[in-house]
Amino acid sequence: MKEVKALVLSGYGLNCDYETAYALELAGATAVRVHINSLVSGMVKLEDFQIMVFGGGFSWGDDHGAGVIQAVRIKTKLGDNLLKFVENQGLILGICNGFQTLVNLGLLPGFDLFKKDIKPQSSMKRSVALINNDSGNFRDQWVNLKIDSDSPCIFTKDLDFMELPVRHGEGKFYSDDLTIRHLIDGRQVVARYALPDGSPAEKKFPLNPNGSEYDIAGICDPTGRIFGLMPHPEAFNHPTNHPDWTLNREKTKRKHNADSLTSVSGIKIFQNAVDFIRKI
Amino acid sequence: MPHRLEITLKDELFDAEGESVRKKAKSYFNINIKKIRVIYVVTIDADLSDKQLEKIQTEIFTNPVTQVSSFLPLDMDFDWSIWVGYRPGVKDNPGSTAVEAIEDVLGIKFKSSEAVYTSKRFCIKAENLLLEDMERIAGELLSNDIIQQKKIYKKQNWNSQKGIGFIVPKVMLNHTPTVTTIPVDTDSCLEKISIERNLALNSGDIPVIRAYFQDEKVKSERTEKGLSDPTDIELEYISQARSDHCNHNTFQGHFVYRDADTGAEEEINSLFKTCIEAPTLLLKEKKDWVISVLWDNAGVGRFDEDHNYVITGETHNSPSNMEAYGGAITGIVGVYRDPLGTGKGSKLVMGGYGFCVGNRDYNGPLVPKLHPRRLLDGVIEGVRDGGNKSGIPTTFGQVIFNNCYLGKCLVFVTAIGIMPAKIQGMPAHLKKTCPGDLIIMCGGRVGKDGIHGVTASSEIFSESTPAGHVQIGDPYTQKKMHDFILEAANEGLISFITDNGGGGLSSSIGESALFSGGCHVELEKVPLKYEGLDQWEIWISESQERMTVAVNPENVNRFLELSKLHAVESTVIGTYTDSGKLHITYDNKTCAYIDLKFLASGFPKWEFEAQWQPPEKRGLFEPVLKEPADYNRLLMDLLSRPNICSKEWISRQYDHEVQGGSVIKPLAGVRRDVNSDAAVIRPLLDSKKGIAFAQALLPFYSKIDAWHMTQCTVDEAVRRLIAVGADLEHIGGVDNFCWPNIAYHPKDNPDGKFKAAQLVHSCKALKEICLAYEIPLLSGKDSMYVDGNLKGAYGEMHKVSALETLQFSAVSVVDDINKCVSMDIKIPGDSVYIIGDTRNESGASEYYEHLGYVGSNVPEVHLEESAALYKALSASIKKGIIASAHGIYRGGLGVHLTMTAMAGELGMNINLADVPCKDVDRNDVILFSESSGRFIITVNPENRQSLEKIFKGLSWACIGEVTADKRLIINGVDKIKIADVKVVDLKKAWQEPFGGLI
Repeated sequence: MKEVKALVLSGYGLNCDYETAYALELAGATAVRVHINSLVSGMVKLEDFQIMVFGGGFSWGDDHGAGVIQAVRIKTKLGDNLLKFVENQGLILGICNGFQTLVNLGLLPGFDLFKKDIKPQSSMKRSVALINNDSGNFRDQWVNLKIDSDSPCIFTKDLDFMELPVRHGEGKFYSDDLTIRHLIDGRQVVARYALPDGSPAEKKFPLNPNGSEYDIAGICDPTGRIFGLMPHPEAFNHPTNHPDWTLNREKTKRKHNADSLTSVSGIKIFQNAVDFIRKI
Repeated sequence: MPHRLEITLKDELFDAEGESVRKKAKSYFNINIKKIRVIYVVTIDADLSDKQLEKIQTEIFTNPVTQVSSFLPLDMDFDWSIWVGYRPGVKDNPGSTAVEAIEDVLGIKFKSSEAVYTSKRFCIKAENLLLEDMERIAGELLSNDIIQQKKIYKKQNWNSQKGIGFIVPKVMLNHTPTVTTIPVDTDSCLEKISIERNLALNSGDIPVIRAYFQDEKVKSERTEKGLSDPTDIELEYISQARSDHCNHNTFQGHFVYRDADTGAEEEINSLFKTCIEAPTLLLKEKKDWVISVLWDNAGVGRFDEDHNYVITGETHNSPSNMEAYGGAITGIVGVYRDPLGTGKGSKLVMGGYGFCVGNRDYNGPLVPKLHPRRLLDGVIEGVRDGGNKSGIPTTFGQVIFNNCYLGKCLVFVTAIGIMPAKIQGMPAHLKKTCPGDLIIMCGGRVGKDGIHGVTASSEIFSESTPAGHVQIGDPYTQKKMHDFILEAANEGLISFITDNGGGGLSSSIGESALFSGGCHVELEKVPLKYEGLDQWEIWISESQERMTVAVNPENVNRFLELSKLHAVESTVIGTYTDSGKLHITYDNKTCAYIDLKFLASGFPKWEFEAQWQPPEKRGLFEPVLKEPADYNRLLMDLLSRPNICSKEWISRQYDHEVQGGSVIKPLAGVRRDVNSDAAVIRPLLDSKKGIAFAQALLPFYSKIDAWHMTQCTVDEAVRRLIAVGADLEHIGGVDNFCWPNIAYHPKDNPDGKFKAAQLVHSCKALKEICLAYEIPLLSGKDSMYVDGNLKGAYGEMHKVSALETLQFSAVSVVDDINKCVSMDIKIPGDSVYIIGDTRNESGASEYYEHLGYVGSNVPEVHLEESAALYKALSASIKKGIIASAHGIYRGGLGVHLTMTAMAGELGMNINLADVPCKDVDRNDVILFSESSGRFIITVNPENRQSLEKIFKGLSWACIGEVTADKRLIINGVDKIKIADVKVVDLKKAWQEPFGGLI
């Protein structure tokens, strides 16, 4: 089988690199944790990989806006390389702090990316933001996510609904109405905070944990190859990660049915990425 | 010329930070504000062109989607504006990252004199508010004068062109570093200098110090190096090393214990040696999983064949008491350096906390430095930022409210790490410095911060305590260092590592040099935050986020290369030697030359008199109390008490799932809102082994006897682990003693002898239970002097001493996390069992406290009975026949049945007549006695027989069943229904007190 190589950024206060690499390995990729400086210095080459993950954490302490300084460094030092990477069928995933970084880099929502009449650098434009939670505080909780199965997003193929933890203080998705309309129309709104039955949270706290407009939890670019989300799929890498796992286990035991244990849906996001690369 | 950029959210955006200040002003001070908006001020003290400024304004500091900014004051409407910024020398973390970002974007390097400072301006819209309201908000909500400065502007006085002006809190010392020689002609002369220089030398130590420096051999050696009388740096070194914080003089002291009742007398030489070290060494022999104890920064136990775990606990009370946020963040970030500096370095995998504060709504006459509400807010936020930004899950914690902590609050922080068993074939838990190894300081730089922190925490807090020892931890800098250290350790580059905490380089180098037998430190090489520090200040500064590492010269290039990759500053500042001397030079001139052995020689032990008074001699008796009639309301009122009610708002602020190995989370149940007994994580993601962790705090029982406080605390921590699936075979403990001053003084501490007796009781009780349960004490610390002097209503000063408090942390390795059990009841029809006897032990219980009593029947631990029950429960959990398990803790059976029902959102039908009891026949005692050693478990009735086999001969009974009808129904001992409440109403009562907090 074709080797799929994934790069997981580390350093400068990022902190989900181990489990993100682990999730990618579970999905069949060969994952390497790479310090941001190894990438910007050219010691490690982006073109040797097919998947790149901007993971969770507090890059540069989240000072001056979450993901802002990481985006500045990546844009200054790597710039067009990222676009080339995506153009060559590479996949980019941004989780939590990584999502904030992609948004600040202007890779998401990426309306103008790869348009022939726009220069690559100016196609990376900030048009949405992730700002302080309405609650004014950091929050760790599990959320229900309704996935748009008609979205072009590579990472969420065949997914309709999932539960994942959020852990952030700056996750409120914000943009003007027109931009959000544009996102909806382009099926770029990949994941929305929802009720357990999949209907939208309609900004109701804590189902929508941060006050995100249109309950947006994650978006992709028009190609579907760049995806960012606030919840942490890598933190659902084992059945025991799910808050209800002991209850589900007990219910299963009573049914004498060993198969219906809590499924590990976080890994599917990584699996989809690996499968996509394998099929190219 | 400095430049000042003001940044704020666009008008149409909701300002969450401003809104939370508005809400607090209303709820804390009843001050009505219409609106608050926050302006972030970035003051750039660097020579930049207009073009450069514009570039950083747009590319770094202003998000075009959400923010506006200006180098002129922003035109934002207000009635009042409050500016808050740091004082010079206080760590400004966003200021430092701003420099990094500007350097990146502009491709420049800041000069050493240039910097960026951040501050905030709050724009307040409010009608009819006065300057004093603003001063209250500014002083009691937005700033703390210890670390911050503030300015208040009224609309009419605002200059819209000048704004706040250009405030540059730069440290300018204009001082030439000077070594001062201190004459030691007489004891009184040295004593005087000790007071003047805040050395806090123990008076018994003074003659020993003088004798050393007057020794002829010492004198002649010193003359050769150009020294005569001791230098300030030498005395500071001795002072640090001899402080109670570093040397544990109290626990090493000599106690004469007397029982005032029986007249029995006993002498104890070192509570540490007899009650902590001795049992632990004994158990180390017995348990092969105990890898390393009693010498390193943290204790080490075996996780699996290839890995060990590491655990330690610390307190950060004095600094938190003065600046809650700064103290707490420094505390948690600081304790995380202990595992990092254990063996050759460990990866941090989990953290815990314990906060003891005055009542949140305290409105009595005493004036603490910070109101408990504000103090708690700050402490919570400090641990939040310190833990979350370190990328370490904060999985377990507790809060105790009691006004005895008004004098000084307690902030416990616990850290667990994991290390490979071997690095390049060598045991990773061992380390030593060798002559020739280079001394490298990694991480942050040295400033004036934290000077005399160690000696200050060894003193009672008073108005004259220097505030300079409060710092603000920087988890970002430390996280970078953590990642770097682990890589360096894995490559085998580290010979020895330890952290710089209390005592700074003085402690870390002083202690590490003992292995090689000497050191030579070139102090001028130590990187400084700013110029002008005296040599002694560099030597003892407690500037945070620093490790001291010994590296073989062969490895130094690779070590520094890795350091650079990780953007961590590492500097060679000297060499380990075998000279027998601590030798410090500054620009090649000797400023300290002391025999390393000196500290281990001849200092007198501290002497304590301990006098025990039994409870009845202190006027403690059981209350004359007849049974209540309204159990529904009593139960709900108990659930609403601060020490029982939900504190979900705290757990939710803490990232408890980072690193991806969460198994048992802090909050359990259908709605994930009831506290778990313990936390379990899977630290190695590809292994099914787990680490279970829990803590307990039960200071209330010290009112009656610290002996039982101690045993109940340890028992609770152990039971918490057993409840989730740990095994008594492998439980390690961490003891954190926080005690009021025990040195008797007829005026200042008239009950000092009793407090000393409480400490003796506590230590002996700890020894007994650790031997009985076979718990080695993997690590531990003590923080004495939990007292404060507070002003009262008439200007009189009150000494407030804390209850004798022990936080006990327990850790275990779970063989298969898939077997772990949670506390929520799960399936209607399940049988509810109680394990363990309920006794007439309501003394110092929540029930008695609620009714205004202390009583005397304090819960006791029945060691053998309990151990047998714990083994049986562990066996049943391993067999997979337990649906839920929960310990019965503070509040007793009634409260904890409610917890399991609220978590499962199911009902229960309970018969108190069936509860296993010893000499109890009253419903209130059965429901609210806090007897140790008990659990509530629920079981599929099908498993009844297998359970009976395991529990045969033990004290346990089925007391009812889980019902689909969501009511808690309790039938009394005479089989008549005494309580019947909807679970949803119980939950409402439990969640209401702090329900509005986020």
